[in-house]
Parts: sequence; C-alpha cells; structure tokens
Amino acid sequence: MIDVGKIRAQFPLLHQKVNGENLVYFDNGASTQKPQVVIDAIAQYYSNNNANIHRGVHYLSQKATDKFEETRDTVQAFINANKSCEIIFTKGTTDSINLVANGYRSMLNKGDDIIISEMEHHSNIVPWQMCCEVSGATLKVIPILDNGDLDMDAFENLLSEKTKLVAVTHISNALGTINPVEKLITLTHKVGAKILIDGAQATPHTLVDVQGLDVDFYCFSAHKMYGPTGVGVLYGKEALLNELPPYQGGGEMIKEVSFEKTTYADLPHKFEAGTPNIAGVIAFKAAMDFITDLGISTIAKHEDTLVQYATKQLLTISGMQFIGEAKKRAALVSFNIEGLHPYDIGVLLDKMGIAIRTGHHCAQPIMEHYKVSGTARMSFAIYNTKEEIDSCITAIKKAQTMLA
Amino acid sequence: MGTIVAIQAELVEEFDMFEDWMEKYEYIIDLGKSLPMIDDKHKIEDNLIKGCQSRVWLHADNDNGIITYTADSDAIITKGIVAILIRVLSKQKAAEIAKADLVFIDKIGLKEQLSQTRANGLLSMVKEMKLYALALKDR
Repeated sequence: MIDVGKIRAQFPLLHQKVNGENLVYFDNGASTQKPQVVIDAIAQYYSNNNANIHRGVHYLSQKATDKFEETRDTVQAFINANKSCEIIFTKGTTDSINLVANGYRSMLNKGDDIIISEMEHHSNIVPWQMCCEVSGATLKVIPILDNGDLDMDAFENLLSEKTKLVAVTHISNALGTINPVEKLITLTHKVGAKILIDGAQATPHTLVDVQGLDVDFYCFSAHKMYGPTGVGVLYGKEALLNELPPYQGGGEMIKEVSFEKTTYADLPHKFEAGTPNIAGVIAFKAAMDFITDLGISTIAKHEDTLVQYATKQLLTISGMQFIGEAKKRAALVSFNIEGLHPYDIGVLLDKMGIAIRTGHHCAQPIMEHYKVSGTARMSFAIYNTKEEIDSCITAIKKAQTMLA
Repeated sequence: MGTIVAIQAELVEEFDMFEDWMEKYEYIIDLGKSLPMIDDKHKIEDNLIKGCQSRVWLHADNDNGIITYTADSDAIITKGIVAILIRVLSKQKAAEIAKADLVFIDKIGLKEQLSQTRANGLLSMVKEMKLYALALKDR
C-alpha cells in the first residue's frame, strides 16, 4: 500500500488554493506536476554546474556532459534499450515523431503506404501527412470500434507489401485505450514494414521494454512522467537510426564541416543539433528515478483504482456518457454529460479549483468518430486521491445544476 | 441606445452587485440560455469562428454605418459572454466600434474568459467585430 500523503508532500505545486478552493489537478494526461527532486535537480544544475556539453575541456562542461549522458543511460535502462546510442534526446514526443517522419520523406516513394490509426493525437497524424505530401506515399488509417478499441481486422487488411511504416499510439490520450502493441508490432514486421509507437501516454503508466516488444521506434515525453517540459526521447533501433537522414543541421551533429562536404556525427549526436535542454535532460533522470523508486506497477495499480472509482462515481451523475470503453484502459476517464458542453463544465470546475481537460484533446478525428465536439477528461497520476474524485463529482453535480 | 462607454459602465455596475463567482456565472448562463441570437441562415461555415474549445458564429449587418451583430455559440458560458459583447458593441457606429476600448472585460472579471489559453473563440470574435467595423468606418 502506498502512502499518497507522503507522495503528495513531495509535490509543492499541489498545495495551493485555486479560486479559493484546494487545487484538484486532474489534467495529468496533458502534463504531470513535478516532485521536489526534479525541481531541485534543475536548480542544482543552474546553481552549480551550468556549462555547454560535449565541447568544453573545462571542469564544468565535463561535469555537465557526464550528467547529461547519465540520463541517457538511465533512459536506456528504463525502457531496456540495447545501447545508449539508441536514445535520442528531443524536445518532446511531437519532436521525436517529426524527426522520424522528416527522415522518411526521402526514404519513401509513390506507391508506398504509411498506416496510422483513427485514435492518433494530431502529433502522430500531421507529420505523416507532411511526409506523404513530399514523398508521394499514401496515408492509410486504421478505424476504431465504437468501444474505443482498434479495429485489428481492418489493420490486417490494410497491411500489404506496400506498407513501409506503421505509426500508432500505445495509449490513447482521448480514450485511454491501451493498444495491443505486441500484436501491432508482430503483424507489421510480417509484411516487412517498420513501426513507430507514440508512447507519450504510456511511459508514465506502463513498463515499456523496447527490446521485448521488438519495436522499431518509440517516442515519449519527460513532462508527462513527472519530469521537465521540453525534453523528449526518440528510441530507435541502431541500424534504423543509422539509415535515417539527419533532421536538423548545426553544431554537435557533425563530424567534419567544409563547404564541399560535411559528414555527420555518429549516433546519438547525429540527431542532436544545437545546445539541448541540458538542465531538463539532467532533471529527467530524477523523474525516472522517482518512478522507479515507487515502482511503475505500483503507480499503475493506484491509477487503476482511481479510474475504477471515478467511473463508478461518475455513473451517479444523470446523463453520463463515457467516451471510450475499451477493454484495456489506462489512467483516464473521458466523458460527456447529456445536454452540456464540455467547455461549460470545464469553466465551472475551474471556478471550484478543479483542473480537468476539455475539448478535442488534439484528436479531432476521434471526436468526429463519436460525433461530439469534445469531451471532458479526468486523467490521474500517483498523487491523486479518491477524496479528490469525490470533490470533483460534487463539483460536476453543482455545475450540472447551474447549467440545467 | 447608450454609448459604448456608457453601456460598459452599466455592466460594471451590474456585475458589482454579484456576491460571488456563482452568482456571476449564473447570470452569464442565463444570458446564454436566452433566445437564439443569430438567424439560422447565418449559422454557416463562413461565419464560424473556431476555438479549440467552443465555436462561435458571428454575423454583422450594416445599416448606414450602424452595425448590428448577431452571434451564437455551442457552449452556454461562451454564448452568455457573446451576449454581453453584443450588448456593448451592437447597434453602434462603425467608427465607435473600431476605436472602442473594452475596459469592462477586465473590470467585471472576465479577462480569463477572453485569454488566449481559453481558445473558446471569444478573443477572435472581438477581433472580427472590430475588423468588420474598421473596414466600414471610412465608407
């Protein structure tokens, strides 16, 4: 049994009043709050250690470089990558996906297919549309079933020798659906294609073993894992990352530069042009350590309890409509209340100190599927409690009365 | 019809009477629930201002430099605020609308509703209302 009180004590932001009420933060799917250890790591870095990395021969630069690379090793262990050079630091999941999609522009041709799914976040749709526009490849979309599960039969039908790349989310940010990634990967590999998994919503809640999965590319963000914003990871199999052309040009990513010919650095530096978010990367280690110390399965178990409790309590509200009731779901509940606009619910809850997410969750095709303009979403983290859910339910009922 | 300045002053006075946020929002919600504010024939794609969160339809009629705005929204709170904006800016001279300083928004505590992050279409609506007036004022 975890002591949530003790965990909450580590998150300074949670202890504040919003509009005169105790803050209830249920927008963790968008970004989690940061424990003191992460905040301290950032402050420590700027107070004692700031210098540019991988270039200086001086003490501070060396120390910063060591710390930066330590995080790379921690990520490698965290997702069980084979080598640390397979870990590329980016700005976030969106940036990671763009890095790969940009590379594939020159690797694909007319007649090639890219497959995504109907439940993707815009970040895993638009980069592929842009890639198709330039390369002439065709974008195909796996439909979802009404319960929010992927239509796996449709996926098998879409797969062919034309398929070059499949890009699907591990966990849907709008529905909470946990996709059968093992099966997606196996089926993709059967036709000789590569697969990228958007893990932004997965790494905070599930153990990810990239070697066990045999996934080709895996993307995620630090800020959804109790870490800083502006830091993300692209994992790629070494051979595939070597094939992929560089994304941005600049410092760090080169071997030699001349006006006749520039040669690129080896992995991972080939994809890390410019000065990265050094403080953020270093603090990300503290966030991963925080997760590891608690145990990801402990976190998942706690969040599952909250999802089940919230689902049960939400059902006491008249006109409750859940959006997404997939067989396997994680950490969030998406819903609408008959006759009410999610925006109105969100505004009134905010007045009562409760932060939920409303709108289309950057996943408009899903909203289109369910014929709704948006949903209200409660998404949970390790520091949330049943009492907070109770406050939220009371607030929703109050909002419902006001709006009725 | 009062001037834009006078209507704003009225609004500030009205809102001053509310004891707490609930009374204020109940009032806005009531405004939002009042009659449809736009003719269905104007509720078209061309008149749609897309916010990330809620949608607003805005239509403007010009009668000799006097502009009448009608609008609607799919969210009640947004619609209530739309009604307030219309009360301030509709049936006024284009030149007056174009130069209007909407000080009441801050004074009645609705600044947050018109902030960028809300993405409810209201900020764009105010811009559209002003742009329309600006285009007409010198004619």
